[in-house]
Parts: sequence; C-alpha cells; structure tokens
Amino acid sequence: MSEDLFELGGHKFNSRLLVGTGKYADDSVIPEVCEASGSQIITVALRRVDLESTTGNVMDFIPKHMQFLPNTSGARTAEEAVRIARLAKAMGCGDWIKIEVISDNKYLLPDGYETAKATEILAKEGFIVLPYVNADLYVARSLVDAGAAAVMPLGAPIGSNRGLQTKEMVRILIDEIALPIVVDAGIGRPSEACEAMEMGADACLVNTAIATANNPILMAKAFGQAVKAGREAYLSGPGAKHCHASASSPLTGFLSED
Amino acid sequence: MIIIVNGKETEINDEMTVLALLNLKQIASETVVVELNKEIIPSDTFDNTMLNDGDHLEVLRFVGGG
Repeated sequence: MSEDLFELGGHKFNSRLLVGTGKYADDSVIPEVCEASGSQIITVALRRVDLESTTGNVMDFIPKHMQFLPNTSGARTAEEAVRIARLAKAMGCGDWIKIEVISDNKYLLPDGYETAKATEILAKEGFIVLPYVNADLYVARSLVDAGAAAVMPLGAPIGSNRGLQTKEMVRILIDEIALPIVVDAGIGRPSEACEAMEMGADACLVNTAIATANNPILMAKAFGQAVKAGREAYLSGPGAKHCHASASSPLTGFLSED
Repeated sequence: MIIIVNGKETEINDEMTVLALLNLKQIASETVVVELNKEIIPSDTFDNTMLNDGDHLEVLRFVGGG
C-alpha cells in the first residue's frame, strides 16, 4: 500500500490523531503522550495570565515537531473568536486556528452561524481554519464556502467521554463534504475513535479521554493504535453486512457425507 | 496612575512601559501576547510602548486546552 498521509492545511502528516493539552494532572506528561500517541498536531488555549501567581507554561512541554493548533475557546461570538485568533497568531506560533464559538455553558455546543462568520474572516486573513461544529450538513457546507481547511464535528459534548453519539450525522458529512472531517469532542474510548475512522473520518481529536485516564501515556498509545486500525479498516473496504448467516467454511465435503 | 490589567484596576508609576510592567509582575515577556486598548502590541515594541492613565491592558499566554 502506498503511504497514506493525512493532508491538512497544506501539510502532510503520518498520524491522524490530534491531541489536546487540557486537564492533565501534570503537564510534564505531555511529551510522553505525544510520543506514545504518534500525534503530530496539538491544541492549546489562550488565557489571561494570573498576575498574582507564577504558573507553569504549557509551551515548555510541547515537542518542537508538533503542529501547533491554538483554539478560540472562551469566544462567544465571531468577533471574539477573531480577536483570540489574531492574538494567538501574534505569539508567533503559526497561523493555524481551531474555531470554537460557544455561548451555551451546559452542553458547550458550538454556534454554527458565528463559527462560519469567524471562519470566513480568518480564512481571508490567511489562517488555516479548523472549525469545531455540530455535525450539521448545512453548517458544514457554509464552512466549505467560508474557506475552512477541515470540518470538525463533535461526537458528543466536550469532555463527556460519551463517544460517537452523532454517528449518523457524521456519516453524512463524510459522504457529502469534500474537506477533511475530523471528529472532535466526546470521544471517550479508543474503540469509538476506531469506529469513526472505519466510517471514513479523516482524523480524530482527543483530549479528555487521554488526559483523564489513570495512565494517560498508555491511553495515548491505545488511541494512536485505534485511529490507525480504523483508518486501515476503512481503506481495506469492509465486507457487506447480511441478515442471515453466510458460512465461512465450504458447505460441502463433510466427513459424514457418503 | 491607574490602568486596567486583565480586568483589574492596577496602580502603577507614571512613565511606565509595557515591558517595565511585565518585569514588575515577573512575567517573561517572550511567553505572553499583549493587547493595549484592544490593539495587539508587537513584542519588539514592549520596551517603547508607554502606558497611560485608564489604559486597558490584556496579558495572555497559552494554557492547556483541547
């Protein structure tokens, strides 16, 4: 099989697993998580510095080879997302941005309309825009028109570890949208990431499931393997499903036959 | 004079630059991005950007996130 590279934002990656940096009990585990997972793309957030205390800098733990992907979490409108994206770029860490526009605090569901507005503005400014959205065909189409580099539908609410609850809607996006589909949020188990990849998703973004595992490094490895397995299963073309049994062994030539 | 730093009223000396304020707060300037009155301040101008009474300053950095 020829090399199966993941093309995103004009770059090519060997890994189809994106990882986050939130919720780790100790950020010093992040380099080992990156290595164990094989991931090459990593997300971070932007926040006010606590002027009253000196806290550790997450940047110290991100391996240099990783593609850096800041998010706009905390933004409630397109305007705020654009502001955060420009601030992130001013840090000199590249022009990739994951758009999150959320004003619902209970389920953290993204606002597709505001997300599309922010995507259009930032894509025109030259950002590689990766928008986090509901698994909605019309929103996804608006993101294509707005110049997104991928569409990132949620599997379940952020941090819920509830898996691929939006499976049938994600399947429609995979079928209809020409951009890479990256399942983002909600994936709690490697089997769920594997299932998304088997369906034909181009990649998965996982944070909470790895960061909150008892052994994040081992879980990162498991996710890396699961995403790879799912991708290879998709590429191999799974056989058809049937309602009735279909013998795997020949139905002739039994010992009891005369 | 009083400026608003990350949403909080902060008293500083007159004639203070952005870089001097960061140094005062023991913040490594290369680890942050700064917005003054909603305009991004390039890091190479921290040392010659003067703060004025009533300014709104935002000092941000990357943190863990998904």
